[in-house]
Amino acid sequence: MAKITLDNLAHSYLPNPTSEDDFALKELNHDWQDGEAYALLGSSGCGKSTLLNIISGLLRPSHGRVLFDGHDVTDQATAERNIAQVFQFPVVYDTMTVRENLAFPLRNRRMPADEIKRLVQKVGAMIGMEAQLDRKARGLTADAKQKISLGRGMVREDVNALLFDEPLTVIDPHMKWELRTQLKKLHQDFGHTMIYVTHDQTEALTFADKVVVMYDGRVVQIGTPQELFERPAHTFVGYFIGSPGMNVFDAEVDGTRARIGETVVELPAHHTTGTGRTQLGIRPEFVRLKAGGEGLPVEVRRVEDVGRHKIVRLSAAGGEVDALLPEGTPVPAGADRITFDPAGINVYENDWRVAPSGRREAA
Amino acid sequence: MNKTVNQKAWFLVLPVLILVAFSAVIPLMTVVNYSVQDTFGNNVFFWNGIMWFEDMLNSERMWNALGRQVVFSSIILAIEVPLGVFVALNMPKKGFWASFCLVVMSLPLLIPWNVVGTIWQIFGRVDIGLLGYTLDALGIDYNYTQGFYAAWTTVIVMDVWHWTSLVALLAYAGLQSIPDAYYQAAKIDQASRWAVFRYIELPKMMGVLMIAILLRFMDSFMIYTEPFVVTGGGPGNATTFLSIDLVKMALGQFDLGPAAAFSLMYFLVILAISWVFYTVMVNLDKREGR
Repeated sequence: MAKITLDNLAHSYLPNPTSEDDFALKELNHDWQDGEAYALLGSSGCGKSTLLNIISGLLRPSHGRVLFDGHDVTDQATAERNIAQVFQFPVVYDTMTVRENLAFPLRNRRMPADEIKRLVQKVGAMIGMEAQLDRKARGLTADAKQKISLGRGMVREDVNALLFDEPLTVIDPHMKWELRTQLKKLHQDFGHTMIYVTHDQTEALTFADKVVVMYDGRVVQIGTPQELFERPAHTFVGYFIGSPGMNVFDAEVDGTRARIGETVVELPAHHTTGTGRTQLGIRPEFVRLKAGGEGLPVEVRRVEDVGRHKIVRLSAAGGEVDALLPEGTPVPAGADRITFDPAGINVYENDWRVAPSGRREAA
Repeated sequence: MNKTVNQKAWFLVLPVLILVAFSAVIPLMTVVNYSVQDTFGNNVFFWNGIMWFEDMLNSERMWNALGRQVVFSSIILAIEVPLGVFVALNMPKKGFWASFCLVVMSLPLLIPWNVVGTIWQIFGRVDIGLLGYTLDALGIDYNYTQGFYAAWTTVIVMDVWHWTSLVALLAYAGLQSIPDAYYQAAKIDQASRWAVFRYIELPKMMGVLMIAILLRFMDSFMIYTEPFVVTGGGPGNATTFLSIDLVKMALGQFDLGPAAAFSLMYFLVILAISWVFYTVMVNLDKREGR
């Protein structure tokens, strides 16, 4: 178990990167605290897997260093780093039985036989394959194979970190839940540093203490699920976390007021913005629907009832807007205006959140 | 699914039947015809039963040729398969050098048998051949027309030179189909180089390796042109393999009856061994698919 430090880390697949666009992973400084469970969240191709492979040593970063407990491992081979990693698609050793597969990483470390036996039995139970331990791994279903891959990742108790690269993609939904619970339990029991890559926000939010959101090769926000929900640091976080994502309006911001087109919106606090493109981000949970009066004119396009709440799809002057209504609340008759709950308004400049610069003065 | 019964469908098989008849069955039957008859000349034949078969099974000459053939095939398989795998493992996986290696490797495969024979025949000559002259100058007693070991070594090295590429290319194709994730997982599991070969590369290559072994076995078991051009079967009978002996008997001595009987048995042996290979391969596939 170790604290993993990324020091000025960046990676480009090109031999001579010139502009920032050439980097698959943009410069990054971060400490992965010892014993915490992180989720690495982002859309496909944003550099998540690159980052993971750099930590495990499968890829040598083109710039910067990787440190384990302050010890530079940038040039160490994967085998020397003592890291477990599970990949998106199952990798099993076909000619071996399930038991031999699970024992393989331990055998390579020349562990005593009875110790291997104990650990394999334990992991076999954890992934629910005790009954199939003596079967050949070849010919098992894809999700059974992936469970073996997971098992091989979890079988070593002394690893520095456990990395998961979207490991549950091929697993049945009900088994997904079960395995995620097992992973959490493993984390509680052993306190490994865990990094879990996913593009599924539910998976990220249920698994991790801290969620790291990546966008276009850059870490845009690191925070608890609640922070990501309430104070998205980047419009991408707002859009990516939450279902449906945050509404973003182009707006002129002036102190405690903002104007969306002709409509004036009162802000919860004073914001100082520069000359960049300013926007307001409001989650659908904080959008109120009403008929007539003040507010941004909208038109109801359709209502989707998803059980626990209703999603109201609206079109406004600036584009499309979503609003969320709790279950049992009807859509007001003739609804044609929206207002915003001030607590849920965030101000963005060039896609990055602008922190409030002062308390709002009494009007 | 319900099958429709339509006996007329048999007619669709007819073209294949006719083709196979002309290309295989009829020529084979003429051999069968010779194998059960004898003649005193004048194109008059009479029934001889299975006498030729009995003769051949009791013929020391044929057993010796078969023995040499088995030894030859075993030696070249034992060299070419591991060597081919070794070469494939060390070939670059992509880029310019991968293509370069592929082209260089396939060159020997494109050379016709008798040309290969001629190349080595000249290459090995003590008076004008580079190899023969060099060995002679180094004081090594090398003369493939007279020395038993020199003749065998030349024939084997020639076959290895000609055909190792085939094994290497097939093994290389097998290796290329292994996803990167397997190697990455092996690194994570701290597997040794040997373990990677034993548990990842070898199992994934098994299918193509079986094909390579089958092809090399059949080809080497039927080898004729190359040793014939280089050593002519000599010195003495040292490199007279089955085909060479067969041709000597059939065309040299014009003993059509024994030669025909012998051909049939030769054919059955190859068929039987190929069938064994085929069965093993199909079973491998089945295990894979289960």
